[in-house]
Amino acid sequence: MEYEPVIGLEIHAQLLTESKAFCGCSTRFGAEPNMNTCPVCQGMPGVLPVLNRKALEYTVKMALACHCTINELSRFARKNYYYPDLPKNYQISQYELPVAEHGWIEIDTADGRKRIGITRIHMEEDAGKLIHDDTKPVSYVDLNRTGVPLIEIVSEPDIRSPEEAAAYLRSLRAILVYLEICDGNMEEGSFRCDANVSVRPAGTQELGVKTELKNMNSFRYVQRALQYEIDRQIEVLNGGGRIVQETRLFDPSTGMTASMRSKEMAHDYRYFPDPDLLPLRVDPQLVERMRATLPELPDQKKDRFIRELGIPPYDAGVLTASRELSLYFEETVRLCPNPKAVSNWIMTELMRQIKGEDAGLSSCLVTPSQLAELLCLVEDGTVSGKIAKTVFDEMCESGKDAPSIIKERGLVQVSDRDALLAVIKDILEQNPREVSKYLEGKTKLLGFFVGQVMKATKGKANPSLVNEILQAELAAWRPRSG
Amino acid sequence: MPDLYEMSASQLAEILRDKKASAVEVTRSVLARIESVEEKVRAYITVTPDLALEMAADADRMLAAGEAQPLTGIPIAVKDNMCVRGFKTTCGSRILHNYVPPYDATVVQRIKNQGMVIVGKANMDEFAMGSSTETSWWGPTHNPWDFNMIAGGSSGGSVAAVAASEAVVALGSDTGGSIRLPAAFCGVTGIKPTYGAVSRYGLVAYASSLDQIGPIARDATDIALMLNLLCGHDPLDSTSVPREYPDFTTFMNKSIRGMTLGMPREFFGKLENHDVVRVMEEARKVLEDLGVTFVDLSLPHLDYGIAAYYIIAPSEASSNLARYDGVKYGHRAEKYDGMIDMYCRTRAEGFGPEVKRRIMLGTYALSSGYYDAYYLKAAKVRTLITEDFKRAFSRCDAIFCPTGPTPAFAIGEKIDDPIQMYLTDVFTIPVNMAGLPGMSLPGGFSDQGLPVGFQLIAPHFEEGRLVQLASEFQNHTDYHLKRPPL
Repeated sequence: MEYEPVIGLEIHAQLLTESKAFCGCSTRFGAEPNMNTCPVCQGMPGVLPVLNRKALEYTVKMALACHCTINELSRFARKNYYYPDLPKNYQISQYELPVAEHGWIEIDTADGRKRIGITRIHMEEDAGKLIHDDTKPVSYVDLNRTGVPLIEIVSEPDIRSPEEAAAYLRSLRAILVYLEICDGNMEEGSFRCDANVSVRPAGTQELGVKTELKNMNSFRYVQRALQYEIDRQIEVLNGGGRIVQETRLFDPSTGMTASMRSKEMAHDYRYFPDPDLLPLRVDPQLVERMRATLPELPDQKKDRFIRELGIPPYDAGVLTASRELSLYFEETVRLCPNPKAVSNWIMTELMRQIKGEDAGLSSCLVTPSQLAELLCLVEDGTVSGKIAKTVFDEMCESGKDAPSIIKERGLVQVSDRDALLAVIKDILEQNPREVSKYLEGKTKLLGFFVGQVMKATKGKANPSLVNEILQAELAAWRPRSG
Repeated sequence: MPDLYEMSASQLAEILRDKKASAVEVTRSVLARIESVEEKVRAYITVTPDLALEMAADADRMLAAGEAQPLTGIPIAVKDNMCVRGFKTTCGSRILHNYVPPYDATVVQRIKNQGMVIVGKANMDEFAMGSSTETSWWGPTHNPWDFNMIAGGSSGGSVAAVAASEAVVALGSDTGGSIRLPAAFCGVTGIKPTYGAVSRYGLVAYASSLDQIGPIARDATDIALMLNLLCGHDPLDSTSVPREYPDFTTFMNKSIRGMTLGMPREFFGKLENHDVVRVMEEARKVLEDLGVTFVDLSLPHLDYGIAAYYIIAPSEASSNLARYDGVKYGHRAEKYDGMIDMYCRTRAEGFGPEVKRRIMLGTYALSSGYYDAYYLKAAKVRTLITEDFKRAFSRCDAIFCPTGPTPAFAIGEKIDDPIQMYLTDVFTIPVNMAGLPGMSLPGGFSDQGLPVGFQLIAPHFEEGRLVQLASEFQNHTDYHLKRPPL
């Protein structure tokens, strides 16, 4: 039987506020354990939470970017469970009344753009971390992360494949990064993903029994875990078995998912409204103020690149997937107004250098203005495109700019007609056999002659000029008498 | 002149201002009094003589520099559920028997800013869960009027300290009657302010939506002075209400002629104890002579007050008390096998039976499938009770009713009968449910010579009206001046 996967994702995104969600402690990553803590986030007796307004503003921004309805009145609720990294043994979260609901974002799929519904976006606080001693049965608690503001973004079960899930994750992360409210780092855990997966016979509407997948801390793992789980569920059903509602952990070393706890063992979180925090009133003026500060979002930027810069949709998609990359592109185009050439260069040469990562881009030694300068030198014929690649590689290594590298290494393109003519005549003289064959009709040999010219000029010959002169000389060729 | 420890805060303030005694002398007098009677009363969990003398010396410097405020140099007892930096704050519980907070509660900060003198941390029912101060891990507080009797609870230590002159004033907290009931049992004046009037930051939570800090004192004047100190917005407490508060001393010695007091049928219909009935009649007579009119009225949902309270308060408590797990501070079981076992043993050893009972009640009420039937329904009852009061206040300026159904009962009498114990709070709980200010003041004595108090309830933020009524009542009676024969 044909099965169709049904996937919904729950994303936790750490907000880039200076201070924690309910106290004034720093959110900076990497401090000594428990240095960024105070009685409030340590869960001391008697302390009370006070909401960080910035965290609310960031949440509202995300809600607007995801076309959500913002609830004028929402409530914080306590999610009760015991774990040593949760000092109050409850997490301040939202339950019945989240900040925002009923939104959507668009993703690109093989069949074109697709809309994925957003069920809700709510605010909550992060937990701390346990550090386990390898030598004895002791664990230590680090509360630096405790109370860092998170938003949870829950999607509708609109996703139909691991590829779509990855596309959704990428789009969502791009929006967060564009809004500058989350750094989107999956490996460091500032952007986390859990998935709900079920399968159903293709063409049917009823949802199958779902499992919840956890512990997928990269885009690749999300895709692998989903694919494994979909295959597993189909295999169980085909073998006449039934899917058990449970939470499963992905193990990156085996690529498999394994049962963590069954539905019966699921926590009863005993949610109830947090009496320490008043109902949260989101002032419509705040919403309008946030709307006014929204930057151009990935989809809008992509459309503009296609419309105004005339680059292909695929290129526009790649360039806008990362805010950093899109800014790099725009700055380069501003200084070298040939969008297609800039786009080609970024998508091939630059991507190769930075291995396709934002982190690579921020540490890349070549600035947009340096790249623009290089591309302008290609445009005006100072260097050939091929030489430019060599120059670019060296720029990436040394941080030097293009003109000085070209000058130092004598890479200026030879466009002097007389000089090229002399070289070409020499080469035709030295290869009479090939010339005869060419003249007998094997015109493909033109490439051979171009190659010889390039070799003789160390690649500096202006390729179009070489072509032009070669063809003329061959047409008029008379072997030197003698 | 009476001994310094016997005087009220307003009297002492005058003596300090006139340099007839120093704050250190006043403090020494109170510390000596503690020395002589504490063994019998057991009002304190921790007495802090060094801190007190240091604070008194600071107060004297403020007085000498002309920086004194109305309560500078006045000795105060602080209930042991309010954090004082560097001093044990145990909440009357074994689970926090060694807990030393690294910060001051906002009210403690205000006490310090004013130059008051903290003489000790007062005994209380464990986590403020009780009506008799018998559930304290440190043992019960004894009623200064009769050592065989309970002092009331949960602020029994704070109240007994004031009644026995082991402190001039005290801070208590009131979740369902915990200031007013012991105040009535020990013959002193105590008020639970409007929810949100006094910061809860640093008050160890029992039931967050009901808890409120308030003062306990010898008379209405001292209550007014303390309200001036305590009321005010605190940005550290999101439930604290940003508003201006009046100078509560301006309500002193003001005529109450023409005021109307409401008498809820549902309360008086339940009254069986003849001492309480008599005291209520006598108090009514005094007030009528002062020009007050009484009206009968009905608060139909009061009967559900206790039931709803015992859903909401334990629900919040079950979550508030989850943090006491042996991981971070307080008691941790000595022997355990793994993390879960550590939690279980720590909490089994650290909490007493009443606290465990309420944690279990609350955990059950919040459980999946029961939430709507219990917690949500109780929240609705709460709204109905609040509306009842609102309607009542369209017909009267304040409500007049008993504080407790009986005078103080004997130690051990109800401790094994939770329901009887819970019913002790029948007249006080609805006030917390509605977030209203409520005051208990001495109204007379039982045939056996035990104090009996009565309660006045005002609309939100009308504490001034309660001060005005109490002040006039006390100007024409002397019950508040009686001292137990210690």
